[in-house]
Amino acid sequence: MKNVSSRRYVLKGTLVLGAALIAGSGLSSARAADYRLLNVSYDPTRELYGDINRAFPAFWSKTHAGDSIVVTSSHGGSGAQARSVLEGAPADIVTLGLAYDIDILAQNGLLAANWQTRLPHNSTPYTSTIVFLVRKGNPKSIHDWPDLIRDGVQVVTPNPKTSGGARWNYLAAWGWALRQPGGSEQSATAYLKALFAHVPVLDTGARGATNSFVQRGLGDVLIAWEDEALLASRDLGPDKFDIVVPPLTILAEPPVATVDRNIQEHGTEAISRAYLEFLFSPEGQRIGAKHYFRPVDPTIQAETASVFPKTTTFDVASLGGWTRLQKAHFSDGGIFDQIYSH
Amino acid sequence: MNDQPSKTISILLTLLSYGAVVLLIVLPVVLILHEALRQGVHAALETLKDPEARSAIRLTVYVTALVTVINTAGGIAAAWTLTKYDFRGSRFLVSLIELPISVSPVIAGLIWLLLFGRQGWWGTWLAHHGVHIAFAVPGIVLATLFVTFPYVTRTLMPYMEQQGRATEEAAFLLGAGFWRTLIRVTLPDAGWALLSGILLTTARAMGEFGAVAVISGHIPGVTETMPLHIETLYNGYQSVAAFAMAALLVLFAMTTVLIRMFLERSFRKQHL
Amino acid sequence: MKPLTVTVLRPTRRHTLPGFSLSLGLTLLWTGLIVVLPLTALLFRPWHNGAGTMIHALYDARMHAALRVSFTCALLAVLIDLPIGLLLAWTLVRYRPPGHRVVDAMIDLPFAIPTAVTGIALATLYGPNGWIGSISSQWGLKLAFSPAGIVIALTFIGLPFIVRSIEPVLRSFPKDVEEAAFLLGASGWQRFRLILLPTLAPALLSGVGLAFARGVGEYGSVIFIAGNQPFHSEVAPLLIVMRLQEFNYDGATSIALILLVIALLCLVAVSRLRRSVSSGLVREDGA
Repeated sequence: MKNVSSRRYVLKGTLVLGAALIAGSGLSSARAADYRLLNVSYDPTRELYGDINRAFPAFWSKTHAGDSIVVTSSHGGSGAQARSVLEGAPADIVTLGLAYDIDILAQNGLLAANWQTRLPHNSTPYTSTIVFLVRKGNPKSIHDWPDLIRDGVQVVTPNPKTSGGARWNYLAAWGWALRQPGGSEQSATAYLKALFAHVPVLDTGARGATNSFVQRGLGDVLIAWEDEALLASRDLGPDKFDIVVPPLTILAEPPVATVDRNIQEHGTEAISRAYLEFLFSPEGQRIGAKHYFRPVDPTIQAETASVFPKTTTFDVASLGGWTRLQKAHFSDGGIFDQIYSH
Repeated sequence: MNDQPSKTISILLTLLSYGAVVLLIVLPVVLILHEALRQGVHAALETLKDPEARSAIRLTVYVTALVTVINTAGGIAAAWTLTKYDFRGSRFLVSLIELPISVSPVIAGLIWLLLFGRQGWWGTWLAHHGVHIAFAVPGIVLATLFVTFPYVTRTLMPYMEQQGRATEEAAFLLGAGFWRTLIRVTLPDAGWALLSGILLTTARAMGEFGAVAVISGHIPGVTETMPLHIETLYNGYQSVAAFAMAALLVLFAMTTVLIRMFLERSFRKQHL
Repeated sequence: MKPLTVTVLRPTRRHTLPGFSLSLGLTLLWTGLIVVLPLTALLFRPWHNGAGTMIHALYDARMHAALRVSFTCALLAVLIDLPIGLLLAWTLVRYRPPGHRVVDAMIDLPFAIPTAVTGIALATLYGPNGWIGSISSQWGLKLAFSPAGIVIALTFIGLPFIVRSIEPVLRSFPKDVEEAAFLLGASGWQRFRLILLPTLAPALLSGVGLAFARGVGEYGSVIFIAGNQPFHSEVAPLLIVMRLQEFNYDGATSIALILLVIALLCLVAVSRLRRSVSSGLVREDGA
């Protein structure tokens, strides 16, 4: 007897709940929308996009009051992240370490081939550069690229084959060597060969290399993203490390894009584009600067100039562009493989 | 048998083996606990309350339970088939079942992408019909199923081999059917080996990292299992939170072993 | 497939026990869906754009070096695990010393700890400023970030395989056989070598096979502690990841297939050995 009545209750409850859900969803779709965005990003941006994701809903609700928004970021090696989007990870937005990884997605039809022209500054809301992190007081007196290949200096940098950040490190060294008096592809290859002979550990990711240098006390100098180096020296021991900015280094441009095919499927076109626009807004630019990414907006640049040391940079286009560089250096049997062959 | 010299030897051997366990296993585990408790028990527990951490724990428990049930059922069937009957191709079948152990975890994840990824055989078609396997929970389950596939069979087989067939054949001749023979005669007798196999499966399923990493997409709160979340935390310089979760996995593993010990004891009492 | 199943998977003699087709059917369904199906994809993928990628992979000196590193380190790790595992299983089952339950429980931990955590913990422990690494470096011994690091990680990973393979057999080993041997005057060593070891051999060998095969494919724990230097401390699974990073699926699956085939050959060899050992035992029993 008791059983029957309780079952009836359950049935009734389900009906009421169902009706409420239908009514509720009807109401909410008339007034406000419920968005879940996924930003697939690379390794050193966890803190940056954590802040951006918290700030973005307020930006959106200025024009779309009442919407409920949850933005999630996923982080990992830039290449691995691009591959997971390529294989079907439901990313609305990609914010990766280098343009080549987004080009691959475009080649496979996930977004338009001209993606990089859709937003200002080559779709790059923040730039960075490659610097050296050394032990406090710079005991090995490392100031410039030639110092890295002196006897007794150990250099920590991840494997360019598996890490996007490491590819920037590598290309910074390559570009510097090319620009030396009498520099040629041969002399640059020779420099890289000497450089990697000083590398005791090739970690698979940028964070792995930072950990090897910082936590395990390996090596004398870490080649790293500027944001990564500043973050590490701030969070992991301000009294343990110094940052050395080489006089000539690379301009690192980690770009952003919406994944057209996915946002159409998810119905998130407008909000995904707004998310990217937010990155270029004064507020987004300030959040970037707070996490040591160099802003591209001239006003915010002026505001935050004291944070970022001055240096001369060259860009990837001056080295031939990603597609060419990737093929020549990092493909199977490319220059990076050659410097390790016997 | 307990004469004096053998007692000395037994103490010596015990010390030796305990020393090895301390060096090989205890020390890394102590390090994990040490790192987890660096800021005190409270701070460590607090990190586990984070919504993403809780979702990772839930997902891991769910995947582990599902995988253990499926692979235990399959594993019993396989061990029974391979030890109680002679048939052509049985050696091949054994090799096939052992195969997942020699497949690198990286590949164990990749093969499912070859089937269910957008670049794979059926991924686009399935996605078109609203079925998401890769970068969703089903993909994680499949990768874990593959990785933990052989353990029940492998622990049961040597035991069943040694057991022979006489008991089952007798049971059958006395009128017991197939299921009755399996459930009442073979399994109770192999109980210890079976539990051992289930435990290995559970432990491995909880801790699997490489295969799941390939197919999960690392989406926090959705497809991040405990091992993946540990990596995310560690890479985010949240080392206390990372090691707290690793310590929780260690505790899970110890708990399953305690359950096994309890079952084993009650099972022995019942059986004697 | 159907006629093959019928002719190959046929009982070689009439069984006394019923249920052959049912249990075989279940086994084949389970194995087919979870193992055969995805591995078929792996089998086909390398030839996607002709045999060129596979041929290239087969002649790649870097891959030869990586395979050598993977297999040598896995072998060394198993050789270290073998005596330790045997000793441990023996102690736990026979002597039941104080705390044996706790120690028994701990043996599965390498299994449950995610490989990435293993890697981080071991690299911290054996690294230049770790608890063990700082001591060993005083003696001029560099453990982490060298092939020795790989062996350490694989020893950790492999130990449960050895112990868990022997333990059940050891536990069920009839004590009266040993007691009889004792009464007949066999010494402790003789009892171990002539009675126990032959009985344990099949289980021991299968444990060795598993630990070795697992070690060869290990990635997560190794990359943190290996140093990953090409030709020196770079393992084969890392090369697969590199090919994937290049979006080169054909190359990745080629290496994967080669690694798998070699590991499989090793397993088949071990399984044959195990079979000959256990059949030898049966003959001795019958005599």
